[in-house]
Amino acid sequence: MTGLHSHRYYTSATMSPGYLGNYAPLLIHILVAMALAGVLLSLSALVGPHRPSREKAQAYECGMRPTGDARHPFDVKFYLVAILFILFDVEAIFFYPWAYVYRNLPRLFGFYEMLLYIGILLVGYIYLLKKGALDWNK
Amino acid sequence: MVQDLLSRLGMQLPKEFALILPQVQLGIFALGILLTDFLLDRKSRWWNAVLALAGVGFSGKALWNLRNLEDVSAYHSSIVVDPFAVFFGFLFLISAALVILLSVRYLEIEDEHHGEFYALLLLATIGMMFLATGSDLITLFLGLETMALSFYVLTGFLRHRKASNEGALKYVLLGAFSSGILAYGFSLMYGIGGSTNLARIAQAYAERSPGDPLVLISLVTVSAGVFFKIAAVPFHMWAPDVYEGAPTSITASISVASKAASFALLLRIFCTAFWPIRPNWEMVVAGVAVASMTIGNFGAITQSNLKRLLAYSSIGHVGYMLLGLVAGTPDGFKGIAFYLLVYVFMNTGAFAIVILLRREGVIGEDIEDLNGLISRRPVAAILLLIFMLSLAGIPPTAGFIGKYFIFLSLIETGHYVLAVFAALYIAPALYYYFRVVVHAWMREPGGAARPTISVAQGVALAACTLFILVAGLLPDRFINFAGTTLQSQFLQMILR
Repeated sequence: MTGLHSHRYYTSATMSPGYLGNYAPLLIHILVAMALAGVLLSLSALVGPHRPSREKAQAYECGMRPTGDARHPFDVKFYLVAILFILFDVEAIFFYPWAYVYRNLPRLFGFYEMLLYIGILLVGYIYLLKKGALDWNK
Repeated sequence: MVQDLLSRLGMQLPKEFALILPQVQLGIFALGILLTDFLLDRKSRWWNAVLALAGVGFSGKALWNLRNLEDVSAYHSSIVVDPFAVFFGFLFLISAALVILLSVRYLEIEDEHHGEFYALLLLATIGMMFLATGSDLITLFLGLETMALSFYVLTGFLRHRKASNEGALKYVLLGAFSSGILAYGFSLMYGIGGSTNLARIAQAYAERSPGDPLVLISLVTVSAGVFFKIAAVPFHMWAPDVYEGAPTSITASISVASKAASFALLLRIFCTAFWPIRPNWEMVVAGVAVASMTIGNFGAITQSNLKRLLAYSSIGHVGYMLLGLVAGTPDGFKGIAFYLLVYVFMNTGAFAIVILLRREGVIGEDIEDLNGLISRRPVAAILLLIFMLSLAGIPPTAGFIGKYFIFLSLIETGHYVLAVFAALYIAPALYYYFRVVVHAWMREPGGAARPTISVAQGVALAACTLFILVAGLLPDRFINFAGTTLQSQFLQMILR
């Protein structure tokens, strides 16, 4: 531990008076998007023809005829799978920044880091397999 | 352990890695327990506890190697290892070890003995250690959430008990809400400072005028979030329900370790970013402290459930600790650190007695369940007396020394009114702590069976008692240990 020194290599732009000005294009973008949506919707409501029919008023289910009510209880297994999907999906997102900075990392360091990360994911995967979370007939 | 292994394989880790090694060790064991749990049958689940204790031990060893460091920051200044972080790290590890020792028998009786319990406890401890060591808003927030999420699950661990589910739901809803407010406050701090680094934010706050609305809103939101986590009035409503519903050993952990971790967060933020605007919050924190002592101490009087009683008492203790921050002197900070250290042992000890009362078919959380403990299990009754004396702050126990430093710091800084309040509230505290003792010592047993003490529980109880008595009679060593926190750079800067 003796080789450790206090090093602060944190560098970031501190806030200057015109700092928020950098976000002006973003604000303009939001305003234009909102205005465009408003104009298009109101135009179609004002100018477009209105011929409502029973078929049109039905819920859209990819072209299929809707059957029954959508509001009935689903098996809890669906929620479990959905939660697991979100978890692993979010964890997989971290591959992107890793791939982006990979070349700037010390040799093989980035590789082992990601191996470690996948190892941790693997523990989680084995855990849920063993718990039977993916066993549909359970 | 990890480093030896890797260096034998010829791999060199970055030097910075040693700074987070305590957390990494805990992480390895937490993941390991999740897997080994599948290999163990019902009878041999206690191996999980052994593994968890080993994890705490290795983590402690790694932390011990860091004890002489002075303010080393790493990972782009997102963590800083200083005596403050090391002190709190030891505190969390001690608490985790005690809770593990107390849990084995308890979980067997509850029929919920699973490896996940220990894994989650270790993960919560990782979160706490990052709370103590973080010097960056992102690290702090992640640490807080790691801790809080683990505790939400642990609170609801007794799946078949209604109170446990209720407590967990209340905790997760209110906790998520408070985290949201805290995150909002953090975003404002980032907006003001232009950086997530606390030192930089402190500079920016010093340059702003104290009456700046942005500064005030960030102060209010961050304080609300942190006060919720330490269960200070008026953000204390969740505490009694969560404490009552959670498994008793987890209640001990929430009231001790989670509180200490949130105090570490509070001190880190208030003594860096918010220090320049101290006149703005000094009276508010004093008000919150007095309100906490009032609600905590008077609320506890009418409780008949031991866990609820201890929940209110812990709200009162938070009030005392906050007074140390109001004083803002070296004695005040030393007082908070020492108080928290003592609190680990005395409060865990008190909950350990409640755990002893849990038997097959008996919940054992009502104050009536203590009746006649002196004839049923004299040792437990005597230990209960020691813990209650310490909680009330009576010499020669360590609880007295903790309160002494708080009073000292208040008088040094001329806060006589606050000191009088704090002293007066010892009276109701004595009343309800002694109500507990009276039930154990002077009521008829009423046919209740003799509580058994497992070896692990015995070790935990002995450690708690020994510390309270030794630190009460020969406090110098422990005061010095608590005093090391003052050498941290962020406290040095404001105390200069």
